[in-house]
Amino acid sequence: MANNKKKNQQQYQEFAKQRETKRPLIKNCIRAFLIGGLICTIGQVISTFYIHFFHFTEENVGNPTVATLIFLTMLLTGFGIYDKIAQFAGAGSAVPVTGFGNAVIAAAIEHRTEGFVLGVGGNMFKLAGSVILFGVFSAFIIALVKTILIQWGGL
Amino acid sequence: MLTGQRSWKFNNKPVIVSTGTTGGPFEAEGNISKDIDLLHNDLYMGEDSFEKAHKILLEKAGQKAIEKAGISKEQIQFYLAGDLINQITPTSFSAKTLGIPYLGLFGACSTSMEGLALSAYLINSQGADYILTGASSHNAAVEKQFRYPTEYGGQKPPTAQWTVTGAGTALLSHSGDGPVVTSATIGKVIDLGLNDPFNMGGAMAPAAVDTIEAHFSDLGVDASYYDLIITGDLGQIGQQVSLDLLKQHGVQMEESKYVDCGLTIYNKDQQVNAGASGAGCSAVVTYGHFLNRMKKGEFNRILVVATGALLSPLTTQQKESIPCIAHAVSIEAGGDRQ
Repeated sequence: MANNKKKNQQQYQEFAKQRETKRPLIKNCIRAFLIGGLICTIGQVISTFYIHFFHFTEENVGNPTVATLIFLTMLLTGFGIYDKIAQFAGAGSAVPVTGFGNAVIAAAIEHRTEGFVLGVGGNMFKLAGSVILFGVFSAFIIALVKTILIQWGGL
Repeated sequence: MLTGQRSWKFNNKPVIVSTGTTGGPFEAEGNISKDIDLLHNDLYMGEDSFEKAHKILLEKAGQKAIEKAGISKEQIQFYLAGDLINQITPTSFSAKTLGIPYLGLFGACSTSMEGLALSAYLINSQGADYILTGASSHNAAVEKQFRYPTEYGGQKPPTAQWTVTGAGTALLSHSGDGPVVTSATIGKVIDLGLNDPFNMGGAMAPAAVDTIEAHFSDLGVDASYYDLIITGDLGQIGQQVSLDLLKQHGVQMEESKYVDCGLTIYNKDQQVNAGASGAGCSAVVTYGHFLNRMKKGEFNRILVVATGALLSPLTTQQKESIPCIAHAVSIEAGGDRQ
């Protein structure tokens, strides 16, 4: 009986899968490449601007550039444009720092109605929190591997 | 009266004396905006949160139905309604405003027909003179609970569906002018193991098929008995899957009379991927669009099969599959044909 049920389910899953609209993978990849590239180009223009006009160096221009990009993301998210760009761009707008900014800002706006402390404070990192956690954790692992290799491997 | 395994036949012909529908700005640009009584041009509807706006949607739809019937709300005995938000709070708050004795329902997107079936049963058995029933959903409030923050940029796959901002209510009575409710079939929970919350149509299709087949066999009719068979929110994928399933089970169904509320409410230029969904979807489209067309005499008998996915964000994250249900109600043209 249980076996029969499982077989039924598998049959249906196969049946439904054949009729499912697939994600347009290649189209999505091309769009992600173009928009992701465009965002990086904008970042590069901002960097060059800061180096030329505000005497930043290539080493320390990263901070004001990221801050500017996140500021722009904040405007685009607040005015309801970023999610439309994202539907088109997919990973292209999710992977750059603007995607991270959008995840934090969108959550902050969304939970404003529940108050500043429990609403905004408690929920701001509900999407971005795992990016921070696993980002820091993987950096730790890589640093550990590097240290071990240098100490014992004599690299 | 119980007919067959799980259907009721309403011999006293409960009448839908009036309906009330509301929608949001996106619905105003849609295909059936003319059939919606009240359209809001702002998602917040003058409130300070989406949840409060959600409450306004249903409240206004209920008031509209009462106003159109020309009765006072004190004459209504019961209010049967529901929505998708945790603990169906928007509906409960609307019941507070309306001040009508209230039974809260949850059947996800099948709530509209769950409410209509129960209301018709109560009216049919002289349990009430007037009953108000309805369902509603608010795109941003539902997205917030079930998916991501509204402004979060996450790409949705082509199988995803767009939650309707809207509410539909119907006022039933034992006499009066209007379409009559003739029978109803209550659905079973069907779960064939699909677990992608971005493909609810595919998950719900077997539930719709199960209820349609049960309805036909309980009442001894077939698809040709109805002028239209209207599903709630199967969307493109669910509609195709259910049609093919019916064919596989040997049920004759003309494609031209098998329509879906989720594919009716928006026009082709609106990007909603596989179609619309939400508790408000079948309510707005049935009580607004299809009943209006019935009044104009375009068809006489319809079967509305509202489909619901009974999942929560928690069950999805715990890798549970999606339990689905569908309730069917048949409506026939009454004494107000033009």
